[in-house]
Amino acid sequence: MSDADFERVRKAQNERNISGKKTSGGASGQRTNNTKASLTEAFDTELYDGGGGSGADKFAGFNTSIPADVDDGDEDEVMRDADEEDGRLVGQYTATAAQIGEWASGDAGEEGDMMQSKEKQAQIANRETDYQKRRFRRNVEGEADGKTYRETMQEREIEREEERVRRLVEEQEKARIAAGDDEGEEMEGLVEHKASLKDGSADADVKFEDENGANGHAEAKPRARKRRWDLSTETPATNGEAHTNGHATNGEVVAKKSRWDATPTVDSAAAAAAAKRRSKWDVAAAAGGATPAPGPGATPVQSIMGFGTDISNRNAALSDEELDEMLPSEGYKILEAPPGYEPLRAPARRIAPSATPVNTNNGGFMMQEPVDPRSMGKQLPSDIPGVGDLQFFKAEDMNYFGKLVDGVDENELSVEELKQRKIMRLLLKVKNGTPPMRKTALRQLTDNARHFGAGPLFDQILPLLMEKSLEDQERHLLVKVIDRVLYKLDDLVRPYVHKILVVIEPLLIDQDYYARVEGREIISNLAKAAGLAHMISTMRPDIDHVDEYVRNTTARAFAVVASALGIPTLLPFLKAVCKSKKSWQARHTGVKIIQQIPILMGCAVLPHLKGLVDCIAENLNDEQAKVRTVTSLALAALAEASNPFGIESFDDILNPLWTGARKQRGKGLAGFLKAVGYIIPLMDEEYSNYYTGQIMEILLREFQSPDEEMKKVVLKVVSQCAGTSGVTAQYLKDKVLNDFFKSFWVRRMALDKRNYKQVVETTVDLGNKVGVGEIVERIVNNLKDESEAYRKMTVETIEKVISAMGAADINERLEERLVDGILHAFQEQSVEDIVMLNGFGTVVNALGTRCKPYLPQVVSTILWRLNNKSATVRQQAADLVTRIAIVMKQCGEDNLMGKLSTVLYEYLGEEYPEVLGSILGAMRSIVTVVGISSMQPPIKDLLPRLTPILRNRHEKVQENTIDLVGRIADRGPESVNAREWMRICFELLDMLKAHKKGIRRAANNTFGFIAKAIGPQDVLATLLNNLRVQERQSRVCTAVAIGIVAETCAPFTVLPALMNEYRVPELNVQNGVLKSLSFLFEYIGEMAKDYVYAVTPLIEDALIDRDQVHRQTAAAVVKHIALGVVGLGCEDAMLHLLNLLYPNIFETSPHVIDRVIEAIDAVRLAVGTGAVMNYVWAGLFHPARKVRTPYWRLYNDAYVQSADAMVPYYPPIEEERLRRVELMVMI
Amino acid sequence: MADKLRTQQQLEALQNKYIGTGHADTTKHEWTSNIARDSYASYQGHSPLLHYMSIGMGQGVERTRMKCMEGMVLPCGPAPATEE
Repeated sequence: MSDADFERVRKAQNERNISGKKTSGGASGQRTNNTKASLTEAFDTELYDGGGGSGADKFAGFNTSIPADVDDGDEDEVMRDADEEDGRLVGQYTATAAQIGEWASGDAGEEGDMMQSKEKQAQIANRETDYQKRRFRRNVEGEADGKTYRETMQEREIEREEERVRRLVEEQEKARIAAGDDEGEEMEGLVEHKASLKDGSADADVKFEDENGANGHAEAKPRARKRRWDLSTETPATNGEAHTNGHATNGEVVAKKSRWDATPTVDSAAAAAAAKRRSKWDVAAAAGGATPAPGPGATPVQSIMGFGTDISNRNAALSDEELDEMLPSEGYKILEAPPGYEPLRAPARRIAPSATPVNTNNGGFMMQEPVDPRSMGKQLPSDIPGVGDLQFFKAEDMNYFGKLVDGVDENELSVEELKQRKIMRLLLKVKNGTPPMRKTALRQLTDNARHFGAGPLFDQILPLLMEKSLEDQERHLLVKVIDRVLYKLDDLVRPYVHKILVVIEPLLIDQDYYARVEGREIISNLAKAAGLAHMISTMRPDIDHVDEYVRNTTARAFAVVASALGIPTLLPFLKAVCKSKKSWQARHTGVKIIQQIPILMGCAVLPHLKGLVDCIAENLNDEQAKVRTVTSLALAALAEASNPFGIESFDDILNPLWTGARKQRGKGLAGFLKAVGYIIPLMDEEYSNYYTGQIMEILLREFQSPDEEMKKVVLKVVSQCAGTSGVTAQYLKDKVLNDFFKSFWVRRMALDKRNYKQVVETTVDLGNKVGVGEIVERIVNNLKDESEAYRKMTVETIEKVISAMGAADINERLEERLVDGILHAFQEQSVEDIVMLNGFGTVVNALGTRCKPYLPQVVSTILWRLNNKSATVRQQAADLVTRIAIVMKQCGEDNLMGKLSTVLYEYLGEEYPEVLGSILGAMRSIVTVVGISSMQPPIKDLLPRLTPILRNRHEKVQENTIDLVGRIADRGPESVNAREWMRICFELLDMLKAHKKGIRRAANNTFGFIAKAIGPQDVLATLLNNLRVQERQSRVCTAVAIGIVAETCAPFTVLPALMNEYRVPELNVQNGVLKSLSFLFEYIGEMAKDYVYAVTPLIEDALIDRDQVHRQTAAAVVKHIALGVVGLGCEDAMLHLLNLLYPNIFETSPHVIDRVIEAIDAVRLAVGTGAVMNYVWAGLFHPARKVRTPYWRLYNDAYVQSADAMVPYYPPIEEERLRRVELMVMI
Repeated sequence: MADKLRTQQQLEALQNKYIGTGHADTTKHEWTSNIARDSYASYQGHSPLLHYMSIGMGQGVERTRMKCMEGMVLPCGPAPATEE
């Protein structure tokens, strides 16, 4: 870059600075760009804004939806997200909150409804997918307690039969419609064309679809999705059908409704009752009808009251005050209520406002009404008799806890009723109470669990858990209650096992990781309490339940049981289930259990691998496609968990798996390929080579598959195959790479985030085998592609490949193209992305000195971008300097670096803290590589500019400045005068208040460096003054800093001033001095021996102070001194201090007593066990327990630490048998 | 309250690990037995001491060691009957 260029940049920059000043540094000079995420805004609004952000973001980091697998049963589980179980608390994204939300929920904008109130959003039910909401269709009350196993099984049989008949009728109906016998022209668009070509497998599929009852939407899948635009034709058609045959919205016809018609299907409300196979979209509207065995109150209609539409407020009773205001006060008399009149209390039955007339959730315009103050909790009691003040009390709680406010005289109630009320009260306290209330209530519940009995307890807890308006916190607490109670009740829970399972199983598929863990814990405790036999007999009927949801959750629960009670105990049962001849559902569930076990237990399945694989081996050739698919998935899960061992267990299924893969198509094939992909890495070289060759042709064929699911699987399998040692680079180059790049390196792949990730991952895996050059050569041209997402994908891949394997494989020509391309990509980005930055940094660092020819160009790019209007561009440019500083030094481009740092120096007036932080970071990295002395601009100019920046409160700025200043103080303190350093000292004091530990630590160390440079006196004076401040953290840090200063400048320079400070009659100061002494002696260790006698009088004074904290801190000082002077001849002083310390053993405050005991222990080390034990013997058998207890504590500590040393010093006991004659031996 | 519970648990854990530790309700018999056992163990552990004692008592080192071992069984006789 020429000097002219450089000058031009500087000039532009000056102009910008001046104009910046004119606009008084407001953001108006900046381009406002709403489409980008602001760098200066914390995404974590929950944390920083105190909940100011929208509630929708609250779960941004969580998996707010279960990956597609639960949605369609196992169908989509082919690519179960690997991170489902990892329990990561923070999302690893760098995307806007909106994007994160979009990925988390899948359907953006539908769930986080802005019009929804905060409470609604907090409710679990409102976050659940429709699949998860199916839990409300299960029914707790409807279950008679005394039903035997046989009866349950019969009931299930009947349900299945009903379902089958219903399906049959539907089929006939449909066939009739398809034949066009009555509504031919109307149904034109919907005519189902039966496949005319039939082979065996297709036949099986059809049959399976016929029999498959509950998941209607699942089999609607393969059919081409209806385009939204033909809805207008569809809806009337549906209605027409409803009128003519009364069989309306069921079945295939509307199963795949678009979400646009999600409004409750009012017109078919009557028909909905008859409709059994509902699409998942109309669950809310027709929730009552179709549950297999519905009880009347079991599935309460969810109240879909919207904001401001709750008409019940209008009809609410008027309060006395309001009546007083409305009615004339003169001439009227307020009558007493007639005797016997009892005011109505809040209704015990839930009044669910009907959903239909007030259509709220259709997103139309709503007038915002002022909230009536009366509606805000006025009707609800805030204080329940016998419970006390609750945190909150919701309207729904009235249904469960209404009894507590009915004002019945408790003396007239029977024992049972009293017990019930007692439980109710405790539960209410646990659920709605303050933390201390909750704690005691939970303890009472636990302690009295056996007394209350399982029945009354669960009869109240379980309905609460089924409540629609339940929130996370409440659920957590109730689940906790169950957990504790379970533990106490033990086998008494048996009659309630099924009920508990019904309530807890949904937790296993909850989107919240912790809910899943809680669910597992409960079920595993339940299994341990009830025993295997009982668990099996309870859960057996659900295994072939008609509802897929029930089977799915049951399978997961069974896996938990297996992990709790051990796989071997459950294996015979599983074997039987997987071979069930009666129903394919049972086989399906059985295999699913086996699939879930390795997901839960990981490599712990290894000892039982053979058994598990044998269980499901035959299901690979099942007649049902669904069973085959789930079997292959189970095999994949088993292989994944047992990696890299256990190939011998899979021997038997290798052949069926590979031959099966040839026969399958579509979903089934995806599952088989997945299993293949997981099994290949277990094999040894030659086998993996052979089997990869076998499967590769199928993979290559499926490269072209349009199915997303299949694409994902294929990519995964390719990367797994590439990872095995048996597959050679040559083979991949010859057979795979061409097809791979042709099918997957296309722009379209970069647009979908999941595909993008998968393709990058797979390419990197291939690259690890075939080498960097091969991959980079193929994709380097994409760096200049017009699609930004595609460029980004390329950069990310190159970054990963090069950082893994270096750039040695890249030849000169390629190197040129690469650097050129990456520069182009970097310059062309419209949204600054960390990926680009990383990519650039990695490439430059990998090339090292080969970069030299390109550096001028890179630097000029950086300089231009540093001068950009947009803050993010400037920040990125500064960050890039940080990344490449080392390489620039290696290339000997000191000149360029000088220019860069001069420009950066000019930018220290930057107004955006994030950018300023990056600029400081860049300066720091340059200082680090060029050294203090040759820094440009010179340090003596730089440091004074940094001093005011130290005042900046932004964490990133603080961290980077303190680091830079500390480095200068350490390496080249002489370049700045003492006065400047003192000024910095003052600024540093504020840093001691920083939230980040790293900043505080850096500040403390910097004190040490500065003190070393300019002598401790002035620094010490500053620090001692700071001991007077109010904040504890600041004082503590000051104390630490004094300790550090003493360590770096020898204690004698510090101690006199410090001890003098102790004379200030102020508690904080004296404490601070003691604390500093404590740190000081901790740091100086053995050096302490020269100062012991000097500080003894001070500690003496502190140890006999009235203030507890004084004595506590003094004890800490004693401890550190004593540990420092062990064996150095200061026993007399230590003994003296022990005498003063000893009375403190009767302190009860935990901190004080801990410090005192520690100090005594330390003194014991310094003066010897014998001497200190003489103090202890006196109190071991003192008549007062209060005395004995602390003495025994001392004794125990001594015993644990130096039992052997105590032997000679035990007191002599003059009794015949107790005399230790051996010790009397004298030669 | 919770604190007390925790101290109690800690003490129990400690006692499980180190039998010789005591508490406010340790009896004289328990304590002296522990002292005796610890002493015997210590004599055996320090071979110069054992040697010295053997010379002083005029017997072989192994005999002294054996006596130390045997002494560890009920060193202070059986526990006195507890009075209720």
